[in-house]
Amino acid sequence: MSFTRRSMLGAVSLLASLSLGVGAARAEDTIKVGILHSLSGTMAISETTLKDVMLMLIEEQNKKGGLLGKKIEAVVVDPASNWPLFAEKARELIAQNKVAAVFGCWTSVSRKSVLPVFKELNSILFYPVQYEGEESERNVFYTGAAPNQQAIPAVDYLMSEEGGGVKRWVLAGTDYVYPRTTNKILEAYLLAKGVAKEDIMINYTPFGHSDWQTIVADIVKFGSAGKKTAVVSTINGDANVPFYKELANKGVKATDIPVVAFSVGEEELAGVDTKNLLGHLAAWNYFQSVDTPENKEFIAKWHEFTKNPKRVTNDPMEAHVIGFNMWVKAVEKAGTTDPDKVIDAIIGVEVPNLTGGTSKMLPNHHITKPVMIGEIREDGQFDVVWQTKDLVPGDAWSDFLDGSKDLEADWVEKKCGNFNTKTGKCGG
Amino acid sequence: MRVFAVLALFAALALPAAAASLQETLARFAANDFSETAKAIDEIAESGAPQAASLIDALLNRRLAVTPDGGVFFTDAQGRAFDALTGSPVAAVPKGAQLVRTNNKLRGQIENSLGTLRLQAPDPAKRREAAEIVLRARDVSALPAVRTALSREQDPVIAKVLRETEAALVLSRPDATTEQKTLAISILRARSDQDAIAALRAATAGAPFAIAQEARRAIVAIEKRLEVQAAMQNVWYGLSLGSVLLLAAIGLAITFGVMGVINMAHGEMVMLGAYTTFVVQEVFRAYAPGAFDFSLLVALPLAFLVAGLVGIAIERGIIRFLYGRPLETLLATWGVSLILQQAVRTAFGPTNREVGNPSFMSGAFDLWGLQITYGRLWIVVFTLVVFAGLLLLLKATSFGLRMRAVTQNRRMAASMGIPTARVDALTFGLGSGIAGIAGVALSQIDNVSPNLGQSYIIDSFMVVVFGGVGSLWGTFVSAFALGIANKLMEPVAGAVLAKIVILVLLILFIQKRPRGLFALKGRAVES
Amino acid sequence: MITRMIVSALGDRGSLVFLGLLGVAALFVALSNLLLPPGSALHVPIHIVALLGKYVCYATLAVALDLVWGYCGILSLGHGAFFALGGYAMGMYLMRQVGTRGVYADPVLPDFMVFLNWKELPWFWHGFDSFPFSMLMVALVPGLLAFVFGWFAFRSRVTGVYLSIITQAMTYALMLAFFRNDMGFGGNNGLTDFKDIVGFNVQAQPTRIALFLISVAVLALTYAVARVLVTSTFGKVLVAIRDAESRARFLGYRVESYKLVVFVVSACMAGVAGALYVPQVGIINPGEFAPANSIEAVIWVAVGGRGTLTGAALGAVVVNAMKTTFTSGLLAPYWLFMLGGLFVLVTLALPKGIVGTLQGWFAKRGEAKRVETSEPSPPPEAPAAGKAESAS
Repeated sequence: MSFTRRSMLGAVSLLASLSLGVGAARAEDTIKVGILHSLSGTMAISETTLKDVMLMLIEEQNKKGGLLGKKIEAVVVDPASNWPLFAEKARELIAQNKVAAVFGCWTSVSRKSVLPVFKELNSILFYPVQYEGEESERNVFYTGAAPNQQAIPAVDYLMSEEGGGVKRWVLAGTDYVYPRTTNKILEAYLLAKGVAKEDIMINYTPFGHSDWQTIVADIVKFGSAGKKTAVVSTINGDANVPFYKELANKGVKATDIPVVAFSVGEEELAGVDTKNLLGHLAAWNYFQSVDTPENKEFIAKWHEFTKNPKRVTNDPMEAHVIGFNMWVKAVEKAGTTDPDKVIDAIIGVEVPNLTGGTSKMLPNHHITKPVMIGEIREDGQFDVVWQTKDLVPGDAWSDFLDGSKDLEADWVEKKCGNFNTKTGKCGG
Repeated sequence: MRVFAVLALFAALALPAAAASLQETLARFAANDFSETAKAIDEIAESGAPQAASLIDALLNRRLAVTPDGGVFFTDAQGRAFDALTGSPVAAVPKGAQLVRTNNKLRGQIENSLGTLRLQAPDPAKRREAAEIVLRARDVSALPAVRTALSREQDPVIAKVLRETEAALVLSRPDATTEQKTLAISILRARSDQDAIAALRAATAGAPFAIAQEARRAIVAIEKRLEVQAAMQNVWYGLSLGSVLLLAAIGLAITFGVMGVINMAHGEMVMLGAYTTFVVQEVFRAYAPGAFDFSLLVALPLAFLVAGLVGIAIERGIIRFLYGRPLETLLATWGVSLILQQAVRTAFGPTNREVGNPSFMSGAFDLWGLQITYGRLWIVVFTLVVFAGLLLLLKATSFGLRMRAVTQNRRMAASMGIPTARVDALTFGLGSGIAGIAGVALSQIDNVSPNLGQSYIIDSFMVVVFGGVGSLWGTFVSAFALGIANKLMEPVAGAVLAKIVILVLLILFIQKRPRGLFALKGRAVES
Repeated sequence: MITRMIVSALGDRGSLVFLGLLGVAALFVALSNLLLPPGSALHVPIHIVALLGKYVCYATLAVALDLVWGYCGILSLGHGAFFALGGYAMGMYLMRQVGTRGVYADPVLPDFMVFLNWKELPWFWHGFDSFPFSMLMVALVPGLLAFVFGWFAFRSRVTGVYLSIITQAMTYALMLAFFRNDMGFGGNNGLTDFKDIVGFNVQAQPTRIALFLISVAVLALTYAVARVLVTSTFGKVLVAIRDAESRARFLGYRVESYKLVVFVVSACMAGVAGALYVPQVGIINPGEFAPANSIEAVIWVAVGGRGTLTGAALGAVVVNAMKTTFTSGLLAPYWLFMLGGLFVLVTLALPKGIVGTLQGWFAKRGEAKRVETSEPSPPPEAPAAGKAESAS
């Protein structure tokens, strides 16, 4: 009987062709850049746009003559919202496609999943999304907001006279690490600011939660205790639309109980009818409505690139713009795409952001950003009602968590991401 | 009309001595700074200018603009432009004028002041809303206005709200007498809701002991009542969740329950229905924005058709080769579901699409203290109608008869002359079509994205299996049982644990009744 | 006697070829990576070794699933749960090995516990600093869950699609539970950033090759155990249960005990596969419990050929290799079309899967030549699970 032999031979030849196809790395005169964003699965909803913006940035850079006299070539892969697949694809990009840097990931878990790969193969990842902090790695540059660049200023604003003098807080989030950490930080911060424990309500819901009746009713009840109440929402993308629909139906108005969200931007609102959500807030480092010449130019280019005058822009897109431009500058400065040289060269690099300031890469691999609070308008855009005067430097380790308040990240002097100021040593 | 009433009040309240000149006031808008705007609002309210009310209304609705040279213009709801300084109409707001921004605090301030002013608006709904706003804001200075309004109020319902508002304000006044306060407490106790508690709570602070005690007792009484209400409210939430589950599962009860096809692409049929709604609404937005409320009515038959036809295509193309091999239908339909998801992602993009709520599905109303949102109510009603219609179709039409015959004994049915292949296709189309109209309803409360179907498929299978495969009534009972159990558990255990507990209970239940709630009786040993 | 049983079970040509080829392929991959220079045409780079290691773990899971589905008619839509539990046991061991090298340098608590303010290690984490204990748990925890679950389900005679759906409910409930940060398993982020395993750096090349070879050995062992089981008298009873459960019961067999044994054995196999999977991909997260993953595992078996064991392994490798290829490059936006299309095509054109179809084809040819064949005939069309069509 030779049937199994044949099928096995088939399998082996398939494997062999797979592994051999790999070795054929072409020595072309291009610099490759990896794009590691999910194009299918649950996260495609957010990440596809980031792939598009990267393609646009690369095309533009090539029009300007490329980098170091070479063209940049984008290598797009689809990790399909599957975390182990993220690690596999990262490995493929670095080891097989020999990319000079990777722009990618959205969720924290995808970043955690690829992290060991980037460390092992010594490459560079630009991570464009706001996150929980508590991390600073040599091979990763965090161009999204750390908690002190989003959550804390937002709470400060709501506590202020101008923000309505909120005294009572609902911290509502999806049950995963970003909301957990952010809420831990916020809780410690609010308690430090003199908010009583019973004036804070914390609520977690599963991913993709779609029936918000009970929770919205709880929020309304909590908010009717006679003190000005606000909701701080770290609810994840998919669950937001039903949440806002329920709020609107229950008639919860922003003037009664404002909701400030950290994961709701222009893109998420595109799926909601905003006429009942006027005045609810979001905290970001960029809004499409920001009126600067840089932003106008960027939006125009984006519309032209996507051939869709309705496509919105959002904060993580700006983070990629900043990250890509910083990388280009650093490569030019270093004169090579060698990761070690680029990692050293990029610290201190300054590029203009889209909101009129100049963002700078800090020694802790985070960047400086302005913090803005926007209120939802009828057209699905945000009105910026408040913003920090100066750019806020990103802080990798929160000062409000027991475990991390003594930690500091400094890849220039201390050469480590978790220097403990008490023991004077680097961890891990 | 309303504007006139408001104007009259403005005039009555105006304090001419304090009023800055309107020109200076309007200059404040040019700064586009919230504190300046706040001052301007107060000054306009005090100015007594005839255009004051329309001015403030325009500010609230983002229709007030300043030009770079300091001119202030606004438009009214009909889009006519006016010069703010003179109040006279102009051809258009000049180009380059910037809208004056507001924030929540300003809007709150405007609404509170307008609330007081609108207490005498001609529209009863407006008056009532205004009274509620004042009640919640508890701004003591509004008391005279409330009393004036109360003296003129004809409508008993609104008069009651006004009395409660008066009571809330009285409680917040330090100089009110004990009798006044006791009366106020009893009025609020009768109102018996969260706002009453808030007002009573404010009264306990710094009040004489007797009053504070009385207020506390009232709070306890109200809270007790609210607890009962909360339980009833949870049952309602459960019903509404149950109807969503039923709606999602009912199509599956046919394709899976009746035909035995493990239809993993069922969720994608729901998704197709939701996207059909989106497309229909886009057409309405573009060509008939006035008739937007009818968009769902148009979407319903279309969604049924689209999903039904796709279902028939799947049946004819794939499933008919797999009858008698139910597990293989799992494999093939899983493949179909991947293809459909990606097809929609390619055609409509990966992001959420906006599906609007028609006006009859927005908002909420009170029923014996229960807050019921129209959207949810309509979904419950709609689900029941769909279910009844389906039952009728199965039990009272010849198609239903044939369908039951074919699924019960295919060969016998064939020898009786029933075209089994056609009945199969139509049955699968029916199940898919119902999934499609479920999509129309679900688009009202959930994301319309390529992942929509995935989020319902597991729950749908649970519902059908829990109810007993093949039994429509089983599906019906199981959906509501799961929905209500989930919602009763949620306040105690939290959303995640509640769901886990339900799943564990479901597993245990199946041990007790291995063929679901409404097991079909049969003599076959194996089944 | 036992030796004879094993020899006779594995003596058929299919098994010999499968195990032989597996061994040769594994040695080729390992040696070519170690000995050949990177430039050589036959050199297998280390990331491909890791990738193949992952496939082999999936193949083990598929063989375990085929044992219960192909030979006993239990369609488990929750085998991913056993795989993931084994993975978590291994992940917990690896987390404890991190020691003070975590970012917070806490000697006991893993990083995610430190920043979420856990004060002490939860009780169920104790013992996982010991390798033997962890390895015991890798098989024991999934086995125990399968035992408890199967004990209830099989005694209550839950069969067919009902059983499939409650196994799905089980993995879904576990997924939700593991997503909860309060559970102490790291929530959505799961367990990651491992440093070393029994003293060797997880990411070092020799460790990777060792892990790959161990995975291959485990696959071979799993296959051998499954083969021995299904060719023994025990296996004949399993097939009888699959094809006519009531008849087997009337003949005096304790159907539930047979099912329970094979279900628990299969769950342990899946757990071991999961444990080997985790150090090679570097992360374990509740996503592994997702019902879709378990369904995919069923699909691997179906693609390769249900009730063939070799087919299950082959199916897992083929489907995952396609997934890897399709998700990069030009095809990336269309890969779901291809994967979906593949599933539809396989069901329509190859209802017995790749190996099953080949077997049938060769069996027919052999019959034509020699009339009789020593091969066990392919399983007949099995209506075991999902009797739903008889209901109405």
